[in-house]
Amino acid sequence: MSSCRRPEHMAPPEVFYNEEEAKKYSQNSRMIEIQSQMSERAVELLNLPEDQPCFLLDVGCGSGLSGDYLSEEGHVWVGMDISTAMLDVALEREVEGDLILGDMGQGMPFRPGSFDGCISISALQWLCNADKKSHSPPKRLYTFFSTLYSSLARGARAVFQIYPENSEQLELITAQAMKAGFTGGMVVDYPNSSKAKKFFLCLFAGVSGVLPKGLGSETVDRGVSNQAQFTGQRSRFKNMKGKSVKKSKDWIMEKKERRRRQGKDVRADTKYTGRQRRPRF
Amino acid sequence: MKLLTHNILTSHVKGVTKGYPLLIKATEVRVNEVEFNPQFVSRMIPKLEWSALVQAAEGLGHLQDLPSSLIQDYENNEEFLRKVHRVLLEVEVIEGCLQCPESGREFPISRGVPNMLLNEDDS
Repeated sequence: MSSCRRPEHMAPPEVFYNEEEAKKYSQNSRMIEIQSQMSERAVELLNLPEDQPCFLLDVGCGSGLSGDYLSEEGHVWVGMDISTAMLDVALEREVEGDLILGDMGQGMPFRPGSFDGCISISALQWLCNADKKSHSPPKRLYTFFSTLYSSLARGARAVFQIYPENSEQLELITAQAMKAGFTGGMVVDYPNSSKAKKFFLCLFAGVSGVLPKGLGSETVDRGVSNQAQFTGQRSRFKNMKGKSVKKSKDWIMEKKERRRRQGKDVRADTKYTGRQRRPRF
Repeated sequence: MKLLTHNILTSHVKGVTKGYPLLIKATEVRVNEVEFNPQFVSRMIPKLEWSALVQAAEGLGHLQDLPSSLIQDYENNEEFLRKVHRVLLEVEVIEGCLQCPESGREFPISRGVPNMLLNEDDS
């Protein structure tokens, strides 16, 4: 990706991924490596029947980096993307999957029960920004998830690798997915490594499944969970301005530090500091 | 756009209830050679709308000897599976358009890629 940390703040995806960016994206060997690894992990999380070629959907397929992995695994896939420049690169690269130019926020144009599974690598966060005045991100997210739900076969999964910006964005996404009928949750790989940490939203259509374990979970005995179901999820992200979410533990600790610097009298920090109280408190 | 993809595509124009199947108006069709996987074809058959597949293939002039209704016990019939494989994965529409049967809205196909983007008024 470019030097900017969050490209979806720069422009809508069909504008950001122009010819130049599309070419850069597809020729960067590091990018190809990362995309391939994330696709591999996403397919693993799909839990498809062994040694069976499946019919899959790749949402935000771009230039086909993830699709190539699907083909390697013997699957037949259909990819959808909003950027003509990216799809042009996919065509040049002669990907095996069929490509569709479309906007996921407008809904999936497929018959019910069409796909055995769906993956999406680094695409969902683009739906969380209103690129046009008429856009309502929650509505577009719901339109996307509800039509995706119906286009999946019963028992199929949808796995999204995402870069969540903050906890509000995560909540928005998961709320709309649940509203659309999906069950599931977030799988976090390598939660303790800021470099290797990866988020996969793992959704089940029609049947409740057991959420897979995140990788890098040797810290299990320290009580650090790297699974987060939709309920009881705690995230400690900073919001867009780089400030902690108000009233969170981070915020409380920072406020206490600020007051200490101001020379005010502040209670010592203990293990009870900022801990969630029971409702009757 | 392969006929497999056409078989699952519907019109998602707002308010449309009978958006399937999309009518194919092709100006350029290509036949590719694709590796035959009997297991995949066999698994896909129950998911297909058979009449829509036959209609589409016929419209493109590529029906050949594909039967108009599904035969029994197709899983073990390699000859039949090969016919299905050809129509499903080897016939490709390169240029043309898809028309919504209810609204008449046309979705252009260019370089094999159908443009399913909706305008503000039909989404």
